[in-house]
Amino acid sequence: MPKLIKNRQIIEDNWELVKDFSADLLAERGGENLLLPLVAWLEHKDVIAARSSATGVWLDSHELPAQLADSLHNLPVIALNFPVFRDGRPFSSARELRLNFGYQGEVRAIGDVLRDQLFYMARCGFDAFVMREDQNLETSLQAFEDFRDAYQSSVDRPDPLFRRRA
Amino acid sequence: MYRYDNYDHQMLADRVAQFRGQTQRFLQGELSNEEFLPLRLQNGLYIQRLAPMLRIAIPYGMLSSIQLRKLAFIADHFDKGYGHFTTRQNIQFNWPDLKDVPDILQHLADVEMHAIQTSGNCIRNTTTDQFAGCAVNEIADSRPYCEIIRQWSTFHPEFAYLPRKFKIAVCGTQDDQAATQVHDIGLFIVRNEQGELGFRVLAGGGLGRTPVIGKEIRAFLPEKDLLTYLDAILRVYNREGRRDNKYKARIKILVKETGVDAFRDKVEKEWLALKDGPMTLTQAEIDRCKAFFIEPAYKNLPADSETLSSALNTDLLFAAWVEQNISAHRKPGYAIATICLKETGVAPGDVTTEQMQFVADLADQYSFGELRISHEQNIILADVERSQLYELWRALKSQSLHADNRGLLSDIICCPGGDFCSLANAKSIPIAESIQRSFSREDLRDIGALSLNISGCMNACGHHHVGNIGILGVDKKGQEFYQVSLGGSANNYTALGDIVGPSFAQEEIPGVIQKIIAVYRKQRVADERFIDTYQRIGMDPFKEKVYAKAD
Repeated sequence: MPKLIKNRQIIEDNWELVKDFSADLLAERGGENLLLPLVAWLEHKDVIAARSSATGVWLDSHELPAQLADSLHNLPVIALNFPVFRDGRPFSSARELRLNFGYQGEVRAIGDVLRDQLFYMARCGFDAFVMREDQNLETSLQAFEDFRDAYQSSVDRPDPLFRRRA
Repeated sequence: MYRYDNYDHQMLADRVAQFRGQTQRFLQGELSNEEFLPLRLQNGLYIQRLAPMLRIAIPYGMLSSIQLRKLAFIADHFDKGYGHFTTRQNIQFNWPDLKDVPDILQHLADVEMHAIQTSGNCIRNTTTDQFAGCAVNEIADSRPYCEIIRQWSTFHPEFAYLPRKFKIAVCGTQDDQAATQVHDIGLFIVRNEQGELGFRVLAGGGLGRTPVIGKEIRAFLPEKDLLTYLDAILRVYNREGRRDNKYKARIKILVKETGVDAFRDKVEKEWLALKDGPMTLTQAEIDRCKAFFIEPAYKNLPADSETLSSALNTDLLFAAWVEQNISAHRKPGYAIATICLKETGVAPGDVTTEQMQFVADLADQYSFGELRISHEQNIILADVERSQLYELWRALKSQSLHADNRGLLSDIICCPGGDFCSLANAKSIPIAESIQRSFSREDLRDIGALSLNISGCMNACGHHHVGNIGILGVDKKGQEFYQVSLGGSANNYTALGDIVGPSFAQEEIPGVIQKIIAVYRKQRVADERFIDTYQRIGMDPFKEKVYAKAD
């Protein structure tokens, strides 16, 4: 089974990312945990609610978390896709999910996820990382230790440094 | 000036270690060029035409003598014995070795300096008026706010991969010397009717390919809300700024395409979620930052100095320097001295190792050990006793640092251009020199206040749009040509220049500038400055003269 980093641990990934959605798929793969594209998820909410296994949703970088606002808290996983690591929009989406919507479930980074962006991702509220295939998960864990502190408020540490400076 | 505590030092140390690791992985082939690119850029490192270029941040232009000596050391050990001050109050070294860069960053960290976010699609070095804290009629010293913004923007996790670079300027002075209106965000310190301090917020200004003057999106932002409001603007930009076309990716295009009212609504809506949150500034933090910028130990001095008066009467060269390079200081008996780095034959903004060391000593001797760098690429000693100006000038003269052309036509703002920069379409330094050489000292003084800005390409690092005379290098079928514009201005009355007409070959430029100046001298009334005459008579007389067929 493929692996991912979750809460700074390497664990097995028991979610299936669905890129090409078709209506039959929900029945065909009834026993699997599926991450569905936003459009499909919005369209098939009723069928999804009746599934026996878990269903999450993934957003591409241009899609807004606000579209999930109504039923956010029933979602175990929201994945945010980086089409390319330079696309910074998912950083804002993650922070919005955590801070504006108070989302407590898993926020997962998918797509072009590389070691050198992990630290900022974690600070924005991502807690799970499906790394790009060529990345070394073991050494990538070091990236979470890149900095010991930070100036700004962040999801993992809401008080900015200026409220903590001794 | 601001001093680092253990937290600031730790943050820098971690950054140096991080970049050392990244550089190693790149050199070992574990990181691709494409992946290493934003990492090195956010550490100030470009790969240039001839060698890498390292751009070091001088936050809001403030520098201590200790830091300047360190820059001299770096110039000596890792470069070819000189550095280049930029229009963003930074310094660039053009010849370091990639493998040495982590060591250079370590040297910088030792003196509380860095190259963080001096490049790349992130929030860049915040700039301000180089006379902040000393200017007459200042509303408030902008530097504590600049430092607050520096810390907020440093390693901001949400905004490290923006659509494009992002520049913020803060202005607390009456006569804005920071070109605040042509920044992605321009903040003017203001007081409301209750006398409370806050900011007038402009967004969507910028130079580059599409020059735009920023639009007001908030007339008064309370001081404590500064960072939450900046977060809101940046989030809207990060989400909605265009990523499909590099030339349309700056916030100015977003503001234009969205419309300023709709843009303002988006920001205000986003702000509702952030306002009064943890990034709301505390009075303790504002006071902490202000405490770093209290008055130095000024003496109580008489407003006039006899030493100065007698020197002015006896030494005409000194008097000329004082007239151009000395500005009024809010403290009686003190003056602000600008060391103009525009000696003809030297690339504008270039300083040698020896000059850096020498100026650092002068700062210790005459100006409380501090210096400032201006966006006009000059060095400022901001707190000099008037009675010591003559001594200072003689010292400067001994090192050929006494150029008395500050604010004159030959005080040219100029990017490194095609001699160094891989983006440039055309050279800019030789153009600056050929113009400087075509005017005599007497001419320059007679012409008076005039800004001439040169950029080697559309990216407008030389701020050509806001020069009274602007020159832009363009590529015409592989040949270097130059487009000339008139009427730009970068102070509180910011204006973008108008293009005169078809571009010129390099060798024509000095002649073209001569003709433009001839029109001005003929047409000016009384004490009119060039910009005043241009605004009164318009483009036509200039255009006619410049393109007239030879008799």
